[in-house]
Amino acid sequence: MSELAVHPAGHHDQGFVKTYLWSTDHKVIAMQYLFTGMLMALIGGFAVYVFRMQLAFPGQSVPLFGRVSAGQYNSLVTMHGTIMIFWVAMPVLLAAFGNYLIPLMLGCDDMVFPKVNRLSYQIFLLSAVVLVASFVVPGGAFGGAWTAYPPLSANAVYNLTRYGATVWVVAVALEFVAFLLGGINFVTTAMNSRAPGMRMFDVPIVVWMIVIASILFMASVGPLLAGAAMLFFDQVLGTGFYDPATGGDPILWQHLFWFFGHPEVYVVLLPAMGIVAEIIPVFSRKKLFGYRTIVYTAVATGVISFFVWAHHQFVAGIDPRMASLFTITTLIISVPIAEMLFVYIATLYGGSITLTTPMLWALSFVAEFLLGGVTGIFLGAAGADIYLHDTYFVLAHFHYTFFPIAIIGAFAGITFWFPKMFGRMMDERLGKIHFWVTIIAFNFIFIPLFMTGAAGDHRRIFDYSGFPDLATPGLQRLRIIATMGLVSLLAVQPVFFFNFIRSMVRGRVAGANPWRANTLEWSAPSPPPHGNFAELPEVYRGPYEYSTEDREEDFWPQHVPDDSPAPAPAATAVGWR
Amino acid sequence: MEVPTGRLAIWWVLASETVVFGGLLGSYIMMRLRHGAWADQAANTNTWAGAFNTLVLLTSSLSAVLAHQAAERADGPKAARLLRYTILGGGVFLMVKAFEWTHEIGEGFTITSGLFWSFYYTAAGLHAAHVVAGMVIMFIVSLTAARNEELHRVENVGIYWHFVDVVWIFLFPLLYIAK
Repeated sequence: MSELAVHPAGHHDQGFVKTYLWSTDHKVIAMQYLFTGMLMALIGGFAVYVFRMQLAFPGQSVPLFGRVSAGQYNSLVTMHGTIMIFWVAMPVLLAAFGNYLIPLMLGCDDMVFPKVNRLSYQIFLLSAVVLVASFVVPGGAFGGAWTAYPPLSANAVYNLTRYGATVWVVAVALEFVAFLLGGINFVTTAMNSRAPGMRMFDVPIVVWMIVIASILFMASVGPLLAGAAMLFFDQVLGTGFYDPATGGDPILWQHLFWFFGHPEVYVVLLPAMGIVAEIIPVFSRKKLFGYRTIVYTAVATGVISFFVWAHHQFVAGIDPRMASLFTITTLIISVPIAEMLFVYIATLYGGSITLTTPMLWALSFVAEFLLGGVTGIFLGAAGADIYLHDTYFVLAHFHYTFFPIAIIGAFAGITFWFPKMFGRMMDERLGKIHFWVTIIAFNFIFIPLFMTGAAGDHRRIFDYSGFPDLATPGLQRLRIIATMGLVSLLAVQPVFFFNFIRSMVRGRVAGANPWRANTLEWSAPSPPPHGNFAELPEVYRGPYEYSTEDREEDFWPQHVPDDSPAPAPAATAVGWR
Repeated sequence: MEVPTGRLAIWWVLASETVVFGGLLGSYIMMRLRHGAWADQAANTNTWAGAFNTLVLLTSSLSAVLAHQAAERADGPKAARLLRYTILGGGVFLMVKAFEWTHEIGEGFTITSGLFWSFYYTAAGLHAAHVVAGMVIMFIVSLTAARNEELHRVENVGIYWHFVDVVWIFLFPLLYIAK
């Protein structure tokens, strides 16, 4: 904040570079993360288009790409996974929304460390450039899958991408550093910079979620950073940390990777859950049901997420007693998550629901994520997992979790806060067309893949013709349906980009609070100027006071003082509140 | 009640650093327990050099604490001088380290000579990188402190330096004493 004291001038007189590229303003940094993430999503989306076309029409030339070689296929699969998790889900959900919302929702003028924030984005951008550059190094981008299991990842003899593999490790490590810096900023800001009057349980759920997610990230990524250093040395110097021939252990990487990798699921899930928690009360005009339950279950999820990682390794030769233990913890973690979804459904119950585009995204998040969660039960149980391991069933399962998180959650957030970000409304008709086609196409991709997976269809196979059991016309038909679903999903995305850009310049002017919502960001002008609030707000109540009895308005913003001492409710009127 | 923002951030930095070293040392301990033969490799580390470095590093923390005390009394120039003693301590530590490594590499024990040596150079190297970073930050802090500015930073960099000490207190027995 001291930065602002030194430079009190508004941003309009600072020139383009200072305003958009070298800014310490949390909103500009949020936009940088958002647009970088969207750009990376295009690259990740193109990668999946190419390899899905290869799977549906093996050996044929893919439009806009050409014939796919086995090596290219491996690189594309690896880069799709890496990009979508680390360069799309993380920057958009955690960094873009975290940066945008935390100071605005807490009622302060910026992050506590604006320069660290800028550095965080710059390191992230560098990591993105390094990763994308790996497409053009000799041998092509890393082809050892996004989980980078050694010996495949450690030895160029196996992955055939000597330079791509090393560039990949460096890019991922840089990206982690960027998010560590960002996370420290988020947590510190939330702890120390809340508006006067805002107590712990007056903080909007999405801020809670982003902060808990940042702490999870900080607590889980360290071992993988150490593991990445070891992998780097294995690749470059020829050490043998993961090489059994020298006494090393390839399973060590799996432990380090999944000790991070499983909490990572919740690192991106919790912000998406938070976004949905903000949207549902606004469009149900009803108080969020069980605020504290959500906070406690999120904390519980975070803690339990550190004890489930080995469910990824049931077939890696781990001790069967350990497998039973991790089966139990994995099944337990579905309880708090289910509880959160029930709480959202309870919020809807009896509300006066408006199906705006953001609300549609939020509702579809609940519905689709539910399918992802339920199929996870099969995979968490060691017995079933041994059959289903590394099949398309697993792939369909985690896409039913990650797609709702990273894509549906992000669209929900973007469509909901767009009026705040750009001061104009998005077009509802285009928004709904985009929504329905995306959701239907998404299910057309992954329901067939559940079926092929259950039939034994193995992942990471470039061409099924060598596998007579899998090269059947029935399975191939399902693969083609999935690819057609994907192509439709990609084909409708220009509608979103068109809507986004047109609404930015030509949309209906939004005003400060178009959704008649309670949280503090809606009390700032749209878009908020440098410094956010004309006068820093004070907080008088929790964030979800909708349809309060004895009030004419059906919302009651956090910053509006009590107009008159409310009449004491009669003792008998205690009921649904 | 509320922890000052800078100090709070340092604690979060240390929390994330703890798991970095925790992951590395945890991996080392798990593997070491399974490979008794590593003791033969470990026998070649110089325990006396390690012990001397422990002494140097812990002593350097003393002047960091005294610098904090001086900063509390708003005596910036004194705090800056004391911080520079700590930097000196870090410098001695690195020189001993350089002497050790030169000797060991000369004997043929490089990072690829066996998994013990891989862990030895990786863990101690990562720690040394933290020592260097601490020295650079402390030098920058000493410049502002000498002008009596931003004195709260003296304490914050001191907290970081103590963490670097604590990591070494784990490394010394694990890499030198356990033979």
